[in-house]
Amino acid sequence: MDASIRLRVDGQWRTLDVDTRTTLLDALRERLGVTSPKKGCDHGQCGSCTVLLDGRRAVTCLALAVAHDGAEIVTAEGLADGEDLHPVQRAFLEQDGLQCGYCTPGQVCSAVGMLEEVKAGWPSQVTEDLAGPPELDDEEIRERMSGNLCRCGAYPNIVAAIRQGAR
Amino acid sequence: MTETIRARAMGRPLERLDGRDKVVGQAPYAYEQQVTDPLYLHPVQAVIARGRINAIDTADAESLPGVVTVLTHLNAPRLTGDGDGDDRELWVLQSDEVHFRGQFIGVVVAETSEIARHAADLVRVEYERWPHDVELSADRDDLYAPDKVNAGHDTDTDVGDVAAALADAPVVVDHTYRTPMEYNNPMEPHATVAVWDAGGLTMYDSTQGVHVVRQRLAPLFGLDPGHVRVVAPHVGGGFGSKGAPHAHNVLAGLAAQVTGGRPVKLAVTRQQMFSVVGHRTPTIQRIGLGAETDGRLTALVHEVVEHTSRIVEYAEQTAVVSRMMYAAPNRRTRHRLAALDVPVPFWMRAPGEAPGAFALEVAMDELAVACGLDPVELRIRNEPDVDPESGRPFSGRRMSECLREGARRFGWESRDPTPAARLRDGWLEGTGVAASVYPRIMQTGNRAWVRYGPDGRYEVGIGAVDIGTGTWTALTQIAADALEVPVEEVRLRIGDTDLPEAAVAGGSGGLSAWGSAVVGAARAFREKFGRHPSAGDEATGTAPESPAAEDFSMYSFGAQFAHVRVHADTGEIRVPRMLGVFTVGRVVNPRTARSQFVGAMTMGLSMALHEEAVLDPRFGHVVNHDLATYHIATHADVQDVDAIWLDEEDPRSNPMGIRGIGEIGIVGAAAAVANAVHHATGVRVRDLPITPDKLFH
Amino acid sequence: MRPLEYRRAEDPRRAVTAVAGRPGAMFLGAGTNLVDHLKLGVARPDLLVDVSHLPYDKIEPRPGGGLRIGAAVRNSDLAAHPLVRQHYPVLAQALLSGASPQLRNLATTAGNLLQRTRCPYFQDVTTPCNKREPGTGCSALEGYNREHAVLGASEHCVAVHPSDMAVALTVLDAEVRVLGSGGERTIPITELYRLPGDRPDRDTVLKHGDLITAVDLPGLPMAAHSAYRKVRERASYAFALVSVAAAVQVRDGAITDARVAFGGLAHKPWRAYRAEEALRGVRVSAAPGDTLAEATTAAPIAAGGAASTGENAGGTSTVEDLRAAADAELADARPLAHNAFKIPMARNTFVAVLRGLLREEGATR
Repeated sequence: MDASIRLRVDGQWRTLDVDTRTTLLDALRERLGVTSPKKGCDHGQCGSCTVLLDGRRAVTCLALAVAHDGAEIVTAEGLADGEDLHPVQRAFLEQDGLQCGYCTPGQVCSAVGMLEEVKAGWPSQVTEDLAGPPELDDEEIRERMSGNLCRCGAYPNIVAAIRQGAR
Repeated sequence: MTETIRARAMGRPLERLDGRDKVVGQAPYAYEQQVTDPLYLHPVQAVIARGRINAIDTADAESLPGVVTVLTHLNAPRLTGDGDGDDRELWVLQSDEVHFRGQFIGVVVAETSEIARHAADLVRVEYERWPHDVELSADRDDLYAPDKVNAGHDTDTDVGDVAAALADAPVVVDHTYRTPMEYNNPMEPHATVAVWDAGGLTMYDSTQGVHVVRQRLAPLFGLDPGHVRVVAPHVGGGFGSKGAPHAHNVLAGLAAQVTGGRPVKLAVTRQQMFSVVGHRTPTIQRIGLGAETDGRLTALVHEVVEHTSRIVEYAEQTAVVSRMMYAAPNRRTRHRLAALDVPVPFWMRAPGEAPGAFALEVAMDELAVACGLDPVELRIRNEPDVDPESGRPFSGRRMSECLREGARRFGWESRDPTPAARLRDGWLEGTGVAASVYPRIMQTGNRAWVRYGPDGRYEVGIGAVDIGTGTWTALTQIAADALEVPVEEVRLRIGDTDLPEAAVAGGSGGLSAWGSAVVGAARAFREKFGRHPSAGDEATGTAPESPAAEDFSMYSFGAQFAHVRVHADTGEIRVPRMLGVFTVGRVVNPRTARSQFVGAMTMGLSMALHEEAVLDPRFGHVVNHDLATYHIATHADVQDVDAIWLDEEDPRSNPMGIRGIGEIGIVGAAAAVANAVHHATGVRVRDLPITPDKLFH
Repeated sequence: MRPLEYRRAEDPRRAVTAVAGRPGAMFLGAGTNLVDHLKLGVARPDLLVDVSHLPYDKIEPRPGGGLRIGAAVRNSDLAAHPLVRQHYPVLAQALLSGASPQLRNLATTAGNLLQRTRCPYFQDVTTPCNKREPGTGCSALEGYNREHAVLGASEHCVAVHPSDMAVALTVLDAEVRVLGSGGERTIPITELYRLPGDRPDRDTVLKHGDLITAVDLPGLPMAAHSAYRKVRERASYAFALVSVAAAVQVRDGAITDARVAFGGLAHKPWRAYRAEEALRGVRVSAAPGDTLAEATTAAPIAAGGAASTGENAGGTSTVEDLRAAADAELADARPLAHNAFKIPMARNTFVAVLRGLLREEGATR
């Protein structure tokens, strides 16, 4: 069964027909040719497909496209302004926060979303004082980024990149 | 000794040239290659581990709107050859036999991925079930000695009289160590897009070697290799599993033959990867060490039992590390296999050395404890003067320096060796050390070309790949130095069989092989066209000879240090710090090299604490076949992991003076963690992974 | 993954009618577990009624104390809510230990409650499973059961409930508001989940078409002194081997009230009534210099001495009492082939969490 939906992807409204079973990830990758979000597990177990969905980081492999008609999606591609990279992306390059690059767009989107969450005062599992505003030390970055697996093991460099990009 | 090229670009920490495309997600991986009007594939897998397909009913699947066809052994195009030897893994849809659970027994070709997946569910199969056996043990009566083990090593070695030496040794450590079945799990699942038209077969593939895919597949499909093109500009990791084509490549090639030229896309699911793209064999290893009271080894026994599949023999070279590592005068190594009804095992980062060094390096720690010696000192005392196996001198063996430098930086000298003596804030703390080693492997048969373009830049082509190792960048640096021009004047082209023949990205030898060919091509180019070429000038070259290779034993070495904390109540294990010190010849790009060391150490940490695929003997399948249940380390598990290296070059190795760096970081990492856990808790865990339950009584 | 119809619910009652009247219909929240199951073939609905847009996205104080949490409130919003962090830290901590941030940004309150077991055999349609296909057998019973139940299991099913949030809600005496064909009703969370018995296919007492609309938290002053501790091998982004949610009240040097629940041990969040009973009246000794060396039976402890260092509150005798309380609860635990470790791990975690809370209590008094 097909449905027609609209998505605003990286600033552009796109209209597309999807199977009601189509995930947001497949709608982006297979229907719209937006391949910045990656499919690493297709079951919410790796974070490679993370985008900013209506302003928040979210996995797209477990979201049905039809349920997100009208949504605003920003991928890692959309975080860059043409040739100008987002500060977090720039920091990933400088700190070598990537190797094979497959988890990278998801890491980048997750990092950008995470920094907003910290700004909003959200705590994490490792936040000592639940009441107060969190302080973004390395332990906090690691915990908050743990939804993004990297098999190449770029973790220490990713943390360094986020530290740099957060400044 | 070959003449080395002068390092101008080499040694500089260039940012990844492909980095920009990757941080925005525009670098196209296999499945993302734009093709016109593709069809989607979804495989059908066997749900028995051994037997025969009596009937396979595809009617319901084929009647679904959007399904183009369903291929099974009954209607799939025939492959060429006899399906023997290593081809048995690739002998897909050619017979009714099932050799392991999860084997591909059909494939749906459909207009969308959703329809293909749904249709695959509708294929009904009746089996004749035969008894299967997937259980590895050291006391099986059908263990056998393979003719050779992986990478061409001898199966067994015997030097001196081990039995007598062990009997006479004042100190003996003799234990069994186990490592589980493990999975590479690159973040990009194996995927391929195949187009079969009048020109032959084009495959956009996620592979560690475009030419190896072509070499293996062309004869199977009855094609001249010139009619098979394989393209892989960007590859999302591999760690060995993408070092050769697997069944899915054949499945896509078969499907592409029946679509009238329409491309077919096949993304292996994460779950399917646990059946069809290889795994690290489980090992059962006996290490017997005999030593004088001063720690000097008199005997070293390393006997390994591991599994292989019944259809293809893969014999991991687990004990080879013990042949050259320490100066024990009496040594014995053995490899024995059980051929089981399991998926085909294959390479996973540092096959052989990684599981083998876990056992050897934990045993060495046990010996240090038994002798009352510092484990760093014990290793230094057992450093050989020449390669104990070949008798040849090492081209460079600075392991003692690695151990001493690491100890200094890690603060090792203040270490109290008493186990279970440090409790801080509810956590038991400990530190451990282990040695690392990996052979320098030089793959032959590489070629490259250099062309001078109208834009004044040198185009350098070779069918190499970048699986995250940094090939795009490091090979550009080598090319620049070989041509004696700035990197900006070099435009590298890789990842395509239209480019000259290149070895697989494996054995930590990719850059050595490709770089040597690039140097050969650059020299040929300069010889022919001098310093001032004209647009269109082109020369092809191969790697210069390395005569020294015969006279020297070439290995990279390292020492790894780990600090662990074990929660005193719950047994949770955390690793606040790891440090590796390596000696690897020249480092071409310090930025990307450090990433590779740290990444491999991280994979070793993951091996130490998390990774274990569990086979269910009743069903013959890996129970935990996804990333929620087969755990790999995530951000929170990886804290301060750092790597440094000794400044050097190895001119005997190749014109760049490099030996390779991709794998050594995982070798010894798990042992360092295990030894630290013992230091923290007093509990010696000899079977990986080290999980909290193993620390409880 | 068969074709399915999708409808966006505009009205709760019509949503209930739509699902109740069709056996193959299911509610769709964020889908973080359901879409997973669609792909695996574990769930095979022919109609999804999307209830994520219904007006259940508020967190509101209740008259007379407590909170009402809408069914569609996202896990991350709930965890970040100031009132939750202040008055129900156990709930915030439990939420923050679950899944990953980019899943919590999607996952809803009701969806979290109704997520299904992660038993690998349940999730693999090629193996028998009584929960997925009643009557086919339990593959975990004699199979790989390291993560499985030690309490309340049956020969038909040894799966555990995966939610962290539900364990916290269990100690908070939360109530689940349900809209069904017969109207609205309230179910205490301690009665929402079932033990498997001979019907492991039923996780809860809900009927087909019942829609969770909210979770009510009572005003519970002692909940301000509560904590959640999740034990797992990976430091984050993994389900619990064992977890403990606890709240405690101390008056005049003795425990006057305690609420404790275990996660990872049973088919449901396991409210530890026996342990609670045993805890009441326990004297909180404050003898300086207590070593607590015998706080646990874990090998690391046996080798290394004390657990968490608590100099004052929670002395040796208190720890013995805590351990006895845990043992009272775990006396009926029945390990399977691979999960015996969960029993000492649960006991140690229980003691550690309670000691932590008592120390905190000591600090605030």
